[in-house]
Order: sequence, then C-alpha cells, then structure tokens
Amino acid sequence: MIEARDVSVDIAGKRIVSGVDFHARPGEIAAIVGPNGSGKTTFLKALSGDLAYTGRVALNGRDLCAMKPVETAVQRAVLPQATTLSFPFTVREVVKLGLVGGRSGVLPGEDARLPERALARVDLDGFAGRFYQELSGGEQQRVQLARVLCQVWAPVLDGKPRYLFLDEPVSSLDIKHQLIIMDIARDFARRGGGVVAILHDLNLTAMSADRIFVMHYGRLAATGSPQDVLSDDLIEKVFDCRLRVGVLPAGNMPFVLPQSAA
Amino acid sequence: MVDQSIAGPVKAMASASEGDRSGRARIVILLLCLGLFIAVLLSLTSGASDASAVNVISGWLFGTVPDNAALSARDSLIVYDIRLPRITLGLLVGAALAVSGAVMQGLFRNPLADPGLIGVSAGSSLGAVAVIVLGATVLAPATAIVGTLALPLAAFFGGLATTLVLYQVATRRGQTSVATMLLAGIALAALAMALTGILVFMADDRQLRDLTFWSLGSLGGATWAKIASVGPIIVLALAAMPFLARGLNALALGEATAGHLGIPVQRLKYTAIVGVSAAVGASVAVSGGIGFVGIVVPHLLRLAIGPDNRYLLPASALLGASLLLLADAVARTVVAPAELPIGIVTAIAGAPFFLWILLRKRGVVDL
Repeated sequence: MIEARDVSVDIAGKRIVSGVDFHARPGEIAAIVGPNGSGKTTFLKALSGDLAYTGRVALNGRDLCAMKPVETAVQRAVLPQATTLSFPFTVREVVKLGLVGGRSGVLPGEDARLPERALARVDLDGFAGRFYQELSGGEQQRVQLARVLCQVWAPVLDGKPRYLFLDEPVSSLDIKHQLIIMDIARDFARRGGGVVAILHDLNLTAMSADRIFVMHYGRLAATGSPQDVLSDDLIEKVFDCRLRVGVLPAGNMPFVLPQSAA
Repeated sequence: MVDQSIAGPVKAMASASEGDRSGRARIVILLLCLGLFIAVLLSLTSGASDASAVNVISGWLFGTVPDNAALSARDSLIVYDIRLPRITLGLLVGAALAVSGAVMQGLFRNPLADPGLIGVSAGSSLGAVAVIVLGATVLAPATAIVGTLALPLAAFFGGLATTLVLYQVATRRGQTSVATMLLAGIALAALAMALTGILVFMADDRQLRDLTFWSLGSLGGATWAKIASVGPIIVLALAAMPFLARGLNALALGEATAGHLGIPVQRLKYTAIVGVSAAVGASVAVSGGIGFVGIVVPHLLRLAIGPDNRYLLPASALLGASLLLLADAVARTVVAPAELPIGIVTAIAGAPFFLWILLRKRGVVDL
C-alpha cells in the first residue's frame, strides 16, 4: 500500500502540489489524470522521492523519507516520460540496467534471460542488438518500460507488494502498443503488485483504472472509481471543456475506443 | 590501440547474444593487457643510451654475468634508476588520466567532460606553479616543512580545492547540478589559469624553463622518491573507481532514474569527484599537464566495447598506461639525446587518429 497524506510540493517558491491525499493499493491500477500543468508529474516525483515535499508518504507502511534509495528501489520502479541517454548503449544494455539493484525477484540464474523476456513483453523481440538512440520515441519508451519491468519483475517480493510508477506510459505509442502496455499494467496488478499511472486518454483510463485521482491546479479535484469520477460536470470543471460522457457521435461519424479491443 | 583485426571474430560471437558486448569487452581487455606488456618491454629497451635492458633482465633473472662488468653496472643503473621509475610513473599517470576522463564523462553525462575542462587540472597547475615560483620566497616556510613533497602536495590540494569549490557552487539543498558544475568549472579554470599567468609573469629565467617544460608535460625526472610520494594517492584513487562503475552506468539514464534504480547518487557523485581530483592532482604534480589522454582513450574504448563502465574503466586504465608509455618512448628517442615534451607527442599522434575514428564511426557517436 502506498499512502500519501496532505502532500505539498513547492518549486522555486511556487506551490505546485497542494495538500494531496492519495493511496494506491496492491492489485489495483491508480490513475492520475488532469490537465497539463496540474501537478501530476510533480506529485509522482514527490512519491518517487525525487522532490522534497511536506506531508507524509508511506511505502508499504514505511516512511519514504526514512528509506534509502536501495530500499525504495526494491519496492517500486519508475518509468519517466522520456529518457535520453548520453552514451551509445544497445537496447539490451539499457534493459539490463533494470537489474542493477539485483532484486528482480526471479531465481538467481534466470536474471540473465530477463532482458529478453522483458523486451518480448513490450513487443520489442529482436531489438536487443539495436542502438537505443536509433529507435523511435515510442520504441524508446517501450525499452524503458522493459527496463522498469526487469527491476520489479515479480510483483510481490518477500511477501510485500511492489509498485510500478508510470508517467504517461502510453503517450507516444500507437493504439496496439497502448493496449499492450495497459495489459502489462493490469497483469502486474492482478498478480499482486500495484500500479500508479499518469494518463491522458480518458477512455483508456476508464477502461483500465480501478481508481482515478483527478488533479486540478495542484489540488485533488475528485477521487473514486471511473463510474463515480467521470461525469460531465467534473470534466467541464477540470478540463474547461464542455464534453458529455457516454454520448455517441452523431450520424455515421466513425469512432474507435480501446474498449472495443478483442 | 583498437585493433581492427579483432572485429571479425568478435562480431560472429556477438550474434549469440545480441546487444551484449561483455564478451567482446573481455577479449579487448585481454588484448590490452598484452599490449601493455609489450609497451613496458619497448620502454624498457629503448632510450637515449644504448643500455641493454635484455642483459640487465637476464642477469637479474638467471644470474648470468656479462663479459664487461663495468658496462653492466652502468646498464643496470640506467634500467633500475632511470627507465624503471619512468615506466612506473608512466603507468600510474596514464591510467590515472584515462580513468579520470572516463569517470568524469560518466558523471557529467557528457562525452566532452575531461578533468582539464572543469578546472581540476588548472587548479593543480596553479598549486604546482605557485611552488615553483614562490617556493623559495613567500612559501619558503611551508616548503621547508614538506621538502620535496611540496610540489605534488600543492598540485594535489590545488586540484582538490578547485573541485570542492565547484561542488559547493553547484550543490543546492543536497542536490548537485552537473550542468552548473560544468559551467562553473570552465569559469574556475579560466580564473586559475589567469592566476597561473600572473605567477609565470613573476618568474625568473630559470623558473620559466622549469615551468615551460612542466606545463607541456613530461615523465622526465621520474625518481623512486617521486613515485613513493604520489603513487599511493593514484593507486588508492584508481582502486576506488571500479566500485563506481555500476552507479555510473545507471547515471547514464539521468540522475533521477539512477536514484530510482537504487543508486545512492549523491554519494556516488561525491566519491567520483574526490577520486578524480586526487588522481589528477597527483598526476599533474609529477608529470605536468599531459593533455588528450583523458578524452581520447575512453572514446576509443566506447567505440570498441560500448559504454559499460565495468569494462570501460579497467580498459581505460590499460590503454591509457600503454599509450602514455609509447608516447614517452617516442618523446625520448626521436630527438635523442634531447627530449620532446610528452604532451606534444600525445596530441600529434592522438588528434588525427581520433578525428579519423570519429569520421568513420559517426553514426555511433551522434546521439
């Protein structure tokens, strides 16, 4: 369980996140949604231990402030929005960096094969020998996800659930790979881990998330199940956009929803 | 040197485990060990005098006594007291400069970083020049206490002081900004060079000759005493570096991500900076400013074995040491009995070769 109580973050004297209460349970996908600049990424950075915050964050019952990097790395893995590399690493070398902490959770001898399995999982079979910087943005994002998966391959370790923190994991992906990534997240949760994901696609969010946290101007505007949260009023208030939930387009205008995936 | 002839078998091996260059790295490290051995033998047997190292070594190994005992004693003196200390110093300095370059590049996530760039070398030079110029006057009380150690100590603390100032400038609320450090380093280097310039301006003719030779770098004047004073510092710093390798690898993904992977980033940065300033300070102290090794060696090796620091750091030490020995052998022999400053040799041989490699391997270097 991840619990945040009254978390606020100031950057350069400006309050970016203000008094957010948040929790993520094992077995669930917790989605954070909200307009650009609403503090989603800043909040996730506080949760990851990258930024100083006020309030309290507990990771499986332990105060985040009291944990060393090596301890938090066992409990959760973080996928940033985008990662640039400073040196010409091959895809396999990047994915292998996920194993640097040595707590993937598989049997000791199997670590060596994890990069391949992780790459296959994100649909990048056969990419191991390519140079990272030669890949497209979406492919790079999936390589990073494979690295993150290696770090916490077993969703439960030593009886404790582990967590994936995903910052816009599908923003640069085509629809097929969006579905694959959300399936990976769902599978991770089903096997006892927890997922915290920042998402922009409300349809994908409604389909995958167990609980939605809506952020607006650094505060929590709403929280609850997709059915409770995604209402016409909330969307107008938060996104400043008059949209109606569950209304089909008029006439024969085509529309494609991720929910229709077979 | 990166031997092109090994590319064939290595490529064939790589297909078994695509994208894994650790097998190739091990082969390259083995070849580099062999190369270093050859470089040591070459240095031992070449020089301004015709002293026969072979006779000396065989006498030492098998107890054979050559026909001419007087000549043998002279040869033995040249080998033990001139060539061997010089080779030992070359090994230490070459390894220190190359490894420091590799660590700096990993730390700053910038392939251009080099101890010379962020002012560590400039700070060391300032310390050393201060001792050369002011040693007999203003600094006389201090130099009297530490004796012959004055120069290496001054260079060491000059480098360390520069680095610590840099670190303070770039650290805010426990977070060290590597970008700020790079920029501040350039400013500090300029300041240190200006102060060095003032000292040079104050120097007399004899001091000027010392300074010129020293600033271009040389392994000349290597003695066992000098090695005893700086050797332990360099060896300690080098011994600490392999422990940074995994952390530096993770740092290539960015500081935040390295932290997420469980690396204690702040401690890593601190250790790397102190280690590099110790190694570079000590090297500059005994051999002056030898350029180019810190930037060329890690780059050549990254092209050959990839950027994994677990292999890159030891390989850099081996190649740096070999290159410096070879450069020194050239410096000692081309204009014998005079000597070229070694910095000139490393630059003349290194720069065109480096450009050629860059042009050939552009696709891998461009990010």
